[in-house]
Amino acid sequence: MSGLGVTEKVMIGTTLLGCVAGMIGCFAVLRRRALVGDMLAHAALPGLCLAFLITGGRNFAELFLGALAAGVVGVALVTFAARWTRTKEDAAIGIVLSTFFGFGIVLLSIIRRLPMGNKSGLDTFLFGQAASMRNQDLLVLSGVAVLVLGLLTLLYKEFKILCFDPDFAAAQGWPTVWLDLVMMATLAVVTVVGLPAVGVVLMAALIIIPAATAGFWTSRLGPMLLLSGAIGGVASVLGTAVSSGQLGWYGSTDVSPVHASNLPTGPLIVLCGSAMFTISMLLAPDRGVLMRMLSTALMRRSARWEAMLRTLYELDESAQTRPAVVTLPSVINERGWSERMARRWIRYAERRQLVERVPGGVRLTAAGAMEAAQVTRAHRLWELYLLEGANIDLDLTERDTNSIQHLLGPDVVARLEKELREQGRLPAVRAV
Amino acid sequence: MPPTKTTLDKSTMFSPLFDDETILSPAAWVIIVASMTNVACGILGCFLVLRRMSLLGDALAHAVLPGLVLAFLLSGSLSIGVMFAGALAVGLLTSVLTQVVHRHGGVHADASMGVVFTTLFALGVVLVRRYASQVHIDTECVLEGLLDYVGVAGMNSVRIAGWEIPRQFVSILPVLFINIGFLLVFWKELKISSFDPALASTMGIQADVMHYLLMALVALTAVASFEAVGSILVVAMLIVPGATAHLLCDRLGWMVTVAAGVAIVNAVLGYWLAVWADANTAGMMATLGGGIYVAAVFFSPRHGVLSVLARRVRHSLRILCEDILAMLYRLDELPSRPSLSASDAMHAVGGGVLARWGLASLVRAGHVARAAHGLELTGDGRSIAQRLVRSHRLWETYLVQQLGLPLDHVHDPAERMEHFIDERLQAQLADQLRETSTDPHGRDIPGPDTGDEQTSGGRTER
Repeated sequence: MSGLGVTEKVMIGTTLLGCVAGMIGCFAVLRRRALVGDMLAHAALPGLCLAFLITGGRNFAELFLGALAAGVVGVALVTFAARWTRTKEDAAIGIVLSTFFGFGIVLLSIIRRLPMGNKSGLDTFLFGQAASMRNQDLLVLSGVAVLVLGLLTLLYKEFKILCFDPDFAAAQGWPTVWLDLVMMATLAVVTVVGLPAVGVVLMAALIIIPAATAGFWTSRLGPMLLLSGAIGGVASVLGTAVSSGQLGWYGSTDVSPVHASNLPTGPLIVLCGSAMFTISMLLAPDRGVLMRMLSTALMRRSARWEAMLRTLYELDESAQTRPAVVTLPSVINERGWSERMARRWIRYAERRQLVERVPGGVRLTAAGAMEAAQVTRAHRLWELYLLEGANIDLDLTERDTNSIQHLLGPDVVARLEKELREQGRLPAVRAV
Repeated sequence: MPPTKTTLDKSTMFSPLFDDETILSPAAWVIIVASMTNVACGILGCFLVLRRMSLLGDALAHAVLPGLVLAFLLSGSLSIGVMFAGALAVGLLTSVLTQVVHRHGGVHADASMGVVFTTLFALGVVLVRRYASQVHIDTECVLEGLLDYVGVAGMNSVRIAGWEIPRQFVSILPVLFINIGFLLVFWKELKISSFDPALASTMGIQADVMHYLLMALVALTAVASFEAVGSILVVAMLIVPGATAHLLCDRLGWMVTVAAGVAIVNAVLGYWLAVWADANTAGMMATLGGGIYVAAVFFSPRHGVLSVLARRVRHSLRILCEDILAMLYRLDELPSRPSLSASDAMHAVGGGVLARWGLASLVRAGHVARAAHGLELTGDGRSIAQRLVRSHRLWETYLVQQLGLPLDHVHDPAERMEHFIDERLQAQLADQLRETSTDPHGRDIPGPDTGDEQTSGGRTER
């Protein structure tokens, strides 16, 4: 490991962190505790300062334990406040976050006045200096990663049920309070470990963003965990790569945030993650915004087309002479469309050779009559079914033509057809 | 080397508050600015707490960073007006983006907030490092605020009419007035939209508009407070007084007033404590706020943990005492009239400290007397017991006659209900039932309490 350059170390370190944070973040987000990561990151400060005051050194492990203890106490207080007082959970998180941090600032100001030795350990926790990642930091990160992965594998089923149906878990006798505590403790460990690398606020981001992004692609826990870890890792790699691409970064040991003239690693990782989030939000199939808009538009289009066909059939059916001449105003009247829309659909029907132009309007062709009959038949079967079986109002029925046979089964369809036939409303369709 | 803090002159208990150069001494300025900042944040924060948007305060406090930086970059100045404008813009942007991600992206509210504000904050840090690194943005200031240096001549002060006024004062004063004005003007709308947004919309009060107005003001207040207390502690000032007041009050008007009061206490007491401990003032105010909140959690007269516990204990005690009395009455009804020793009685109602306490209170109140053979009901005790047993048996009769429950199902519910049936309900029950001389088990139902003066025909009215 000593042969690795600074960049490689940082990249490995942040990637490990990104993956692990992404995975544990899934649970935080699913349990609606996304901002507990932020709280843990802030609440760690007094623990750090107290550890520093007590042990007096820059020993990473001691500071880390102090931060972790403070984080766990914070989580416990939030749970207590939310459960036994009138204060709601979000207010409790905010209170713990800010008052712990305030206390930490008090301790920090006291520390600064003390004639003690090296205080830079505290600074790295506050602001995050990925650039100062060393071998032992990598070892710690790897250890934590292995621990977290092991825990998640062991307790996968328990965590899964805790996320999706905690009442059931409790009823089944699982110790939900302890499991919850373990989950939060793991979150605390990951958060505190990541603080030196990316700083307080950005650690919170690493926990939320990959998990929220993964949520756009899948709703199953297993794939979500893997995807979230992957996204966290990729964001870290990209962020580190972009940050190290800046001039003057290699070998820079000047870690004061004020004098650095390069782009900092932590925020860049977050921004890469956000970019992935935005892309996913827009383009993910099923859940992405654009995709949903597209599928809604397509569905609306198909519904309108079928409505057009039905209108043609009904106008034809109710006319004296068949095949009837269908005029534009009658279509507009029947469907309540604007003139432009009616014209557009009639033209479309013409293009598909389902109607032909005759003096006075259009008329169904043979193929058109057939297709219109099929659509109308399915529609009326659905209507009848829903009216009788499900008491749903006529106007709300817009059913997909093809699905009726699949969904209702041939027996039900036959019965409905019989009834329609008796009413004289069953369109005649050649057997398909 | 930052200027040293004004130290508290302990020999006279009060620092000199007046000064030739700056009208008020630095100590006075700190207290004034701190109080105003705290109050401005606290009264607004009440609504954040009620609307479950506490963390939006946290989000805004972080997210305004890019706004400030952009405002600085675009205008080239760090003046207050510019900062406000930047903060307002980003504050509204944060709220809007959060809503978009939440509603159209389908992400949960807290996660969408987290995504938006961390992204904006990251953007802000990048902008600062890249474009504004030559400006000395002291990270200490960002986190901890400059409250300690308020009022020291020449440091961040503005000359107005020949006097040195601290910059923080100039920025927080209009905000305080705007906040108070906003609350006064929109009181009813805020009230309704906080407690019942759907109703508010049906009444024509745009809940959304209120929401965005509130967000804008929070952003404004946050920025005005940044210079004094740093970004994280603004969150403390926003939420903690409101949450404390929430535990102490049940009415909105009182809640806002108490929040303002708590805010002032935080400011003044926090300052003294900070001077005494020689620590950061803003941090001490936040810590003290937390301490006061914890005190309210435990000691709030109505909602505090201890009060609720006390109420529960009192309640359990009452039921326990009544059980003892009823038990003695029932024993007296038996032909053999067995006696009940104190220890047996205590054991029967569950034993422990509570039972001992209960028995002692019964003896003290003169409802039970300790005799040689055991416990004895006094006259008062007997009438209470009689009422209880009457309630019990009336209820049993009711359950059997009106609800058709089988005989072996009625004792337990009646055991529980008997403590909560008052005389009026007794009278109603007696009215409803066909026969009220014996219960379903064949035991006599005691008559109504004849101890009261206004009895006529066996019915007592309260």
